[in-house]
Amino acid sequence: MHPYIPHTSEEVKSMLSDIGVNSIDDLFADIPEVIKLRRHLNIPDPMSEFEVYKELKSLSEKNKTAISFLGGGSYDHIIPVVVQHIISRSEFYTSYTPYQAEISQGTLQSIFEFQSLICELTGLDVSNASLYDGHTAASEASVMALNSVKKSDTILISEYLHPFTKQVLKTYFLGLDISIVEIKGKDGRTDIDDLKSKISDKVAGLIVQTPNFLGILEDLSEVSKIIRENKKVLIISSNPLSLSILKNSREWDADIAIGDLQPFGIPQYFGGPSAGYIAAKEEYLRKMPGRIVGQTVDKDGNRGFVLTLQAREQHIKRERATSNICSNQALMALASTVYMSIMGKSGLKDVAIRSVSAAHYLADELTKIKAGKILFNQPYFNEFAFVFNKDAKTVISELKNKGIFGGIMLEPLLGEKYKNAVLIATTEKRTKEEIDLYVKTVGGIL
Amino acid sequence: MTKLLNEISKPSRVAYIIPKTNIPQIDLNKIYPKNLLSENERNIPELSEVDVIRHFTELSKKNFGVDLGFYPLGSCTMKYNPKINEETSKLEGFTNIHPLQDIDTIQGILELQYKLLQSLAEITGMKWGTLQPFAGAHGEFVGMKIFKAYFEAKGEKRTKILVPDSAHGTNPASAHIAGFEVVEIKSDDKGLVSIDEVKKHVGPDLAGLMLTNPNTLGLFEKNIIEIAKIIHDVGGLLYYDGANFNAILGKVRPGDMNFDVVHLNLHKTFSTPHGGGGPGSGPIMVNENLIPFLPVPDIIFEDGNYKLDYNRTKSIGRVSGFYGNIAVMVRAYTYILTMGQKGLNEIAEKAVLNANYLRVKLSKLIKIAYDTICKHEFVLSGKDIKEKYGVSTLDIAKRMLDYGVHPPTIYFPLIVPEALMIEPTETESKETLDYFISIIDNIVKEIKENPDILHDAPSKTPIKRLDEVKAAKEPILKW
Repeated sequence: MHPYIPHTSEEVKSMLSDIGVNSIDDLFADIPEVIKLRRHLNIPDPMSEFEVYKELKSLSEKNKTAISFLGGGSYDHIIPVVVQHIISRSEFYTSYTPYQAEISQGTLQSIFEFQSLICELTGLDVSNASLYDGHTAASEASVMALNSVKKSDTILISEYLHPFTKQVLKTYFLGLDISIVEIKGKDGRTDIDDLKSKISDKVAGLIVQTPNFLGILEDLSEVSKIIRENKKVLIISSNPLSLSILKNSREWDADIAIGDLQPFGIPQYFGGPSAGYIAAKEEYLRKMPGRIVGQTVDKDGNRGFVLTLQAREQHIKRERATSNICSNQALMALASTVYMSIMGKSGLKDVAIRSVSAAHYLADELTKIKAGKILFNQPYFNEFAFVFNKDAKTVISELKNKGIFGGIMLEPLLGEKYKNAVLIATTEKRTKEEIDLYVKTVGGIL
Repeated sequence: MTKLLNEISKPSRVAYIIPKTNIPQIDLNKIYPKNLLSENERNIPELSEVDVIRHFTELSKKNFGVDLGFYPLGSCTMKYNPKINEETSKLEGFTNIHPLQDIDTIQGILELQYKLLQSLAEITGMKWGTLQPFAGAHGEFVGMKIFKAYFEAKGEKRTKILVPDSAHGTNPASAHIAGFEVVEIKSDDKGLVSIDEVKKHVGPDLAGLMLTNPNTLGLFEKNIIEIAKIIHDVGGLLYYDGANFNAILGKVRPGDMNFDVVHLNLHKTFSTPHGGGGPGSGPIMVNENLIPFLPVPDIIFEDGNYKLDYNRTKSIGRVSGFYGNIAVMVRAYTYILTMGQKGLNEIAEKAVLNANYLRVKLSKLIKIAYDTICKHEFVLSGKDIKEKYGVSTLDIAKRMLDYGVHPPTIYFPLIVPEALMIEPTETESKETLDYFISIIDNIVKEIKENPDILHDAPSKTPIKRLDEVKAAKEPILKW
C-alpha cells in the first residue's frame, strides 16, 4: 500500500472479477510481450515524507543566496505574504484549465481581472490568460505581426532586446522562411537611422524593449512615427513595474505589449515559473494566442465568466492554428493579480520609485569614488550597465566574498564591446547599508 | 455574484506598508525627460488587505479542484497532488535563487535537475533530455524543432508529419507552427492507427509520425513496432506524446517502442498541480542520435560539479527565457522519490484497473465507443441518447456538476460523436468510482424520465449554465 493509492487487495480482487479478468497482468495483455519491460525500473525504494523533505532540504541548501543586485529579467522584489497565501488555496492550484465554467468561476473571474489589469497597465484593449514568460511572448507577438502584414517575412528587433529573447525568437523561427533582423543600437538606444534603412515591404513589425536590456529608457516617439507611417506592427516589451510611471504602449501608440510578470509577486526561482503577459489593440483580437476569458450571463441573467473565442485555438483549429498554447502560467498570473491588488495604484508607483532611487544612488556613489562610469549616459530605470575601471571579474568576486551578488557581467552575454561592464539592478528591498557596503567593497579594491 | 476588484476599490485604501529607507528618493521629473513619463494614472484598484483576502477566498470557493472531489477529465490525468510536493517546492534555497548566479552557488538546483533527467531517462527508456519546455504543447514544439534540426543536419528536406485523427489538438498545431505540413491519418474500425493508411503516406518527404500510445481512446497501439519500422525504414522519426503516459509507466517504455523523441507532462503523470491552467512542465527526452540537437543549455556533471553547457553547435538553441518551470521540477522530483520504484510500478496498474472497472460498469449505462480492454481512459458516446431523448453530452456533463463531481472531457476525441472521455487515475478509491457509477445511473434515469432536468442543469452550482454564444458574439474581455 502507498499513501496515494487506496486499493486494498480485496478491492482489487473484486474489481478484477467485475471486469472479468483474472489478474492485473491480463489488463496489460494488449501490450506485445517483446516490448514489455521485463524488469523493475532502476529507481530507489520509496521514501517517507520525512526523508524526502530532508533530502530536498539538503539539496536546496547546496544553493547559495546573497544580497542580490542581479536583474536582467529577474528581480529581487518584496513579495507580500498574501500572495503565497492565496495561490496556496487548493481550490485554485488543484484545478485544471476552466473548461466547466459553472464550477470554475474562481479561476475564470480572476483571469478576467488579470486581463483587465494588464489592459490597464499597458493601455491596450485586449489581453489573455498569460503566456509562458516574457521571452516566448515575443515569439507569439511576432507571429501576430507576421499574420497581420500581408506578404511580410521579417521581424525587426532592437539590439538592446534581452539577449535571451533574441535567442528564443531565433529558435522559434528556425527552419521557417522568416528573417529576424537586428536594428543597431546607438549610445544605448535603438538607432533611428538604422531602423529607417531596414524598413521594407517584407517587414511585419519591430520589437523594442523599454526599459531595454541595459536598463535604459528608449524614447519611442520617432520609432513609433516610423512604424505608423509604414503601416507596420509596433511591439513593445516592458518590465510591467515601469508602466506604473512611464509611458505605456497606448501612450507610445504601439500595437502589442509584452513582458514578464516576475517582478509582480513571483519568486525568482532560478528563472521560473513566471508568466508572460500580452496585450494588443482590439483589431488583433482574433489573432491573439492562448486562453481568453470573457464576461457573459447565466440563464438567470447573472454575470459570469467563460473561456471564449475558442475558434482561434488548437483544439478547434488543429493544424490551421497559429499558436499551440493551451496550458499557460495561470497560477502565476493569479499571483501577479493578487500582487497588483495588494500594491494598488500607489504601491506600484512607490515600488518603482524606490527601485529607481536605489539604482541612481548606487550609480552616483560608484561614480563618486571613481570606480568607473555608466556605460551610456541615458535615463535608466532600476538597472544600469556600469563599466568598472578594474577587471569586472575581480570586482564581482570581491563582492561575493562580502555576501553580495554584484551584478551580471555583460561581456560573456553581449561580447567584448562590454568588457568590464556589469549590469547592476536594485529593488525596493535593497537598503542604504547594503548599497554602501557594495560601494565600500568596490572602493577597497580600486 | 462576486464583485470585481475595481468594484470594491476605494480611493486611498492600501494593503501594504513599504519599508523605511535612508536612500534619497528621486524626483522623477528631474531625472527623466518629460516625454518618457506617463501623464496618466494607472487605474489599479485600491484595497485593504482584508478586501483582498476576502475577495480571492470567495472566488476560490467557486472553484472545483482535485482536493474537493473526483475529477475524471480524460487525457488530463487529474490525480491527487501530494502536499509534500508543495512543501519542498517552497524551500527558500530554491525560491530565492537568481537564474544567472555563479555556477558554484546553484549546485543544488542543477543536481536536482540532473537527477530528475536521469530518472526520466530510465522511466522512458530514452537517453537524455531537457526540462526546459513550459508545458506539453511547448514540449511538442521543441520536439518538432529537433526533428527539423536533425533533418537539416542530414541535408534532407522532409516536410510531412503524420498525425492520427484521434490525436490531441496540440499535435497538429505544434507540427504546423514548427513548419511542417500535417497529414491526418484515419483510425481503423478498432480505433487504432491503420497501417495501410500510414503506408499510403510514407516516402522521402516524410519527417515522421506523432503518436500517443495508448491513444486518446485509451487503446494501446499494439502495432507500434511495425508502425515504427515503416516510419524508420523511409528515414522518418517517431514522436511520442506523453499525455497518456500514466497508463504504461513501468510496464512498457517509449524507448523500447522505438520512439525517437518523447515529451512528458510533469503536471499529469508526475502529480504536480495544474494550477487552473499552468504552470506545467513538458520535458523532452530523446534517443542517442538526437542529443546534439537538444536546446541549450544542457546540464552536465563534470569533475564533481554540475554545469550549464552552452557549447552545442547543433542545438536548436534556447526555447525558454531561462530554464523552464523549476518549481514544477522540484515537485516532480519529490514525487519520484516518494513513490520509489515500487510506488511508480503501481501507478499504471491501478490507473488501468480503475479505468477498466468504470468501463465495464458504465458501458452498461451509456454506449461505449470501443468495447475492449482499455488503458488509463475510455470513451463513451452519447450519440444514441441524443437521438432518442434530445439530451446532449453537454447536458449530461452539466448535470454531473449538480452531483459534485467534475465531468469527463467532452466532445473529444473528435472521431467519437458526443464523446465523454473518462480517466479516473490511480489515486481514486473504489468507493469514489462506485459513487460516480451511481451518479451516471441516476442521470441515465433522469434522461428517460425527465430530460428537462438535464437541459436546465446545473441547478446547484454557484452560477447557472452560462451563455457561451453571447460571450463570443459580444466579447467583453475586461472591466
